[in-house]
Order: sequence, then structure tokens, then C-alpha cells
Amino acid sequence: MLTKRIGGIVLEKQLAFKPDYVPDAKRKASYWRTARRNIKKHWQLHLLVIPPILFFLIFKYYPMLNAVLAFKDYNVIKGIWGSPWVGFKHFQLFFENPQFWTLVKNTIFLSGYLILAGFPIPIILALMINEIRAGRFKKFVQLVSFAPYFISTVVMVSIIMLFLAPRLGFANVVLNYFGFESINFLGEPGMFRSIYVWSDIWQTAGYNAVIYLAALAGVDPTLYEAAKVDGASRFQKIRHVDLPGIVPTIVIILILNVGNVMALGFEKVYLLQNPLNLVNSEIIATYVYRIGLLNANYSFATAVGLFNSIINLVLLLTVNGLAKRLTKSSIW
Amino acid sequence: MAAIATSKRRIKESAGDRIFLGFIYVILTLLVIIVLYPLIYIISSSISSPAAVTSGRVWLWPVDLSFRGFEELFRRGEVITGYLNSIFYTTAGTLISVTLTIMIAYPLSRRSFFGRNALMMFITFTMIFSGGLIPTYMVVKGLNLIDTRWALLIPNAIWVWQVIIARSFFQTSIPEELLEASEIDGCSDLRFIWSVVLPLSKPIIAVLVLMYAVGQWNAYFDALIYLKSADLFPLQLILRSIIIQNNSGSNMDAIAMVEKQQLAELLKYSLIVVATLPVLIIYPFVQRYFVQGMLVGSVKG
Repeated sequence: MLTKRIGGIVLEKQLAFKPDYVPDAKRKASYWRTARRNIKKHWQLHLLVIPPILFFLIFKYYPMLNAVLAFKDYNVIKGIWGSPWVGFKHFQLFFENPQFWTLVKNTIFLSGYLILAGFPIPIILALMINEIRAGRFKKFVQLVSFAPYFISTVVMVSIIMLFLAPRLGFANVVLNYFGFESINFLGEPGMFRSIYVWSDIWQTAGYNAVIYLAALAGVDPTLYEAAKVDGASRFQKIRHVDLPGIVPTIVIILILNVGNVMALGFEKVYLLQNPLNLVNSEIIATYVYRIGLLNANYSFATAVGLFNSIINLVLLLTVNGLAKRLTKSSIW
Repeated sequence: MAAIATSKRRIKESAGDRIFLGFIYVILTLLVIIVLYPLIYIISSSISSPAAVTSGRVWLWPVDLSFRGFEELFRRGEVITGYLNSIFYTTAGTLISVTLTIMIAYPLSRRSFFGRNALMMFITFTMIFSGGLIPTYMVVKGLNLIDTRWALLIPNAIWVWQVIIARSFFQTSIPEELLEASEIDGCSDLRFIWSVVLPLSKPIIAVLVLMYAVGQWNAYFDALIYLKSADLFPLQLILRSIIIQNNSGSNMDAIAMVEKQQLAELLKYSLIVVATLPVLIIYPFVQRYFVQGMLVGSVKG
């Protein structure tokens, strides 16, 4: 078993003489011997992965160590490791903070809205694109619906602001045309979530549909023939062949979505924020940035960030476990 | 009798199906319009006259064709600097990222590579858990990268998702026989990568280049937190300050106030066009590779 996993072709040839019974210690020794031989033989490959491994160690794992800041009072002179331990002080401060529930609520509501509205649309889009005959129109639809994905967050927010500008924005020009009063869309806290979510759907639905289209291409063609013989209509075919065929993909994407509820993208929320809509638009990520980098309150912001990461991890594991039990599809 | 019944039913069903299909075509056409309209509106506005834009006379096509916005744009030093900076970050960043990604993705695709599973876990773990914003900032600060160009090139150089996609491509598209044959001929691993793997991997390299390049071109957050000097700013940061924060920062003293305001408004449209056009122009040509690459990634990912 072990030799098969690590050994190349040559190794397997040598081990062909191996007797059936090998004592454990001996097997372990041979494992390390084959490992050493493998590394020696493919030393170039092992050399190749060193820079990427260093990258991950320095920029991904070292920050995880740095997260002990959350349990210390950061002191610039003493540095991270010399600063005094304070236990859960910063977490306690955060939980007792009057803003705590607002932040959690805003984060979950915005994410939840995004999943509820944004999750089904790419599936429907993929099912519709899958129905039409391959040809120019199909290509055109895919090309166009995919394109907004490449627009940057800054440009996306700029477009939103230009369209929703209080005086000259397109939306208000249309409203005025039909005799309605102008609305300051971005100044209305109640509209913030809808603006965020629907612009996000506009931007990413086409991109997200591609994954489902790939899954649809992999559905067993004999099922379609069977459906045809049974006289199924197009809609019945979608309902009974297409949809069940992509359920595993749907489940995986849903796990990833729910698992990322707390890891909501910072960039777009931050750019859309203004003092008027802050009631609904301040989420944990933007709060960490404000407190941590703008107010230089490193320890407290690290604690808030860590709290967020851990909730996120727990959510991901829970949803993944549930999905495994219910549908037998999971990410690992 | 039976034959008539079935043929009748088939005709009836296909009529229903045809209505259903027609319905799908209508919805998809509407969707295309919803996606395209804002884009066309912005391009049209950017080449209309300042007065037409600010009085809301532009609906679909340009009104009073003029290139004032673009002329004004290229008269501004900060926009030019931002543009050149963005070109530099995109080129250098993409080169670094693609190289590093292939360096780890290819060995991970080799079944005989010792430590493959452990290494895979080592990198995927960073996808589900991270130290957070401040601890990462401290690392970058500790390395003295704050306010240098390196801060935009190195700290986010490898995206785990790209490694996974590239690895599945190598696994499924490089035949095992080629490796065996080259090993018998005494070809070293590096030589094999250079003369066999890379030439066979053009689709995936195209995907990696496109994704990293677009990511780098569109990024603003790293620049926001790591950079302080304005002459290092990428275009996206300049855009943010002019459009979103409304710092038109203009010094056109001779021009009347109204015209100045109109021009500032027009400038925003021109800026959006200038910042987005490079990406949208390249995209249709590489879309084929892109979809291919995503399919490979999702089959085994």
C-alpha cells in the first residue's frame, strides 16, 4: 500500500520480489527508504516547490501565529512576542460593545440576502442556456453574461454611484420622467442591502452559471433518451433529468456559500459605505479595517477578525458535515 | 389508432415545448439587454458632450459626439501615472504569480511526488482559515514592504484556487506515457517540464495569466492598505479618489464654474471606460480558454 502511494515505476518493479509478510518496523524503514530514494531521484521537483512553500509559510501561516495578538496588549516597542498577555480581554470588550449585535446582524443579513437571491439565479440561467441550441445566440448570451465579472470592484461601485446619483443619476432621471420624486438611493439605509445584492448578481450570475453548465454537460445522455422515449416535455426533462443531475454541484456550491457567510467581501461594502447608510452597511470586515488600520487598535481588531475566522470555520465544518449526512456530497 | 394517438400527442407536446423554448429565448434576450445596457450607456456617455451628459440627454447612443472627457483625462498627471503603474503591476505580478503557481501545481500533479497529500492539505487549509487582516499587515510591515511596489506583487502572489485548477489540468492532460518515455530516455524533471509539460499546457497557462492579470489590474485593497505615496498608486486607487470620493482636484481656473462641473461629471465616465476597456477587449479572445480551464477545474476540483 505505502509503496504504491509513494513509489514510481522503478520502485514497484524492485518491490515485486517482496515477500507477503513484512514486519512493521521493517515496513516503516522501507517506507522511509523509498521516500528518500524518491526525493533523491526527483530532487528537482522538490526544489521547485520550496519557493511556493516559503510563500505560504510567510504570508499565510506566519499571520496565523501573529493572531496571538488578540490575547495580548500590543506594544510597538516590545513587539508582538514581548507584549503582555491579557487573555480574553479584547474578546470580552467586543462582546460587550453596543455595536456587537449590529455588526453580526448586518454581516449575516447581507450574506443571507446574497445567498437567498444570488444562489438560485445562476442555476436557472444555466438551465435556460442549456436548453437553447448551440449556435451564435448561445455563444453571445454566454459571452455577454460572463463579461461583467471582469469589471473591478471600484468600477462597479462607480457605475452604481453614477446610476443612482441623487440629481443626475439614470435611475432618478427615469423616476422624474414618470413624475416621481428623486430618491437618494445610497443615502437610504433600507436600500443598501438590495443595491449590494442585486449589483452583485448582475456582475457574477453569468460567471457562476458556467460551473453548472459544466455539470449539465456531464449528465448521462442515455437519461435524455429515456426521457424522450417516455414522452417527457422540455420542462419535465429539466425537472427530472437536469436538476437531479446537478444536485451534487449545487450542494457543493451551497456549502461554500454558507461556509463563507462571515467572510463577506470587504471591498465592495467599504466603497458603498457613507455616513448615511452606515447603520446597515457596517459589517465585521469593515469594522476591523476601521478599528485596526485607521485607529491603529491592533490587538482589538485582531480579536474581532479572529472571532470572525473561527465562526466561519465552524460554520463551514457544520454545513459540510450536514451535507455529507443528508446528500452524500461534501467538499472533503 | 394507437399510432394516431401518439403522433397527435407528440405534436401537442412539441407545441408546448416550442412555447416554453420561445419563453426561454425572450428571457435570455432580456437578460442580455440588462447586462449590456449599463455598459453601452457608459461608453456612450463618455463620448458625448459634457452638457449632454449632465442634462440627462444620453439614453443609448452618444449625443453631440465629443472626446473632451478623454482629452481632459490624459492631461492629468495622476491618471497617466496610475495607468503606467497598473501596467507594471499587472505584468510583473502576473509573471510572478503564474511562475509560482506552476512551480507548485505541477509537482502536486505527479502521483509519485513524495509528500503530495500533506502538501495539498498544507495549502488548502489556508483557504478555510486565515490569520486575518491585521496579522497579515504586521508580516508585510515586518518585512519592510510597506509603501514599496513589492507589497502589491508578493503577499497575494499565489491563489490556492488557481493551484487546484492547474493541478487538475496537469493530472488529466499530461499522459503518463510521456513521462515514462522521457524517464527511459534519461530526461530530467526540469527538462521534462520545460519541453513537454509547458508546451502541452497552453490552455491552462492562458487561464492562469488571464485570471491573475485581471485580478492584479482590478485590485485596489492591497494598494489601499500597503501604499502611502501617490506615485506608486495603481489606476484603481486613482479612480476611487476621483469618482467615489469625488475629489475632482481640478485646477482649470479659466473655465466657467458650470462647465467645470460638467466636465468633472463627464470625466467619471471616461475614466471608467479607460480603466475597463483593456480587460473587456482582451476577454472575448481568451473566453474559450477560460471556459475550458474552468471546466477542467470543476471536473476534478
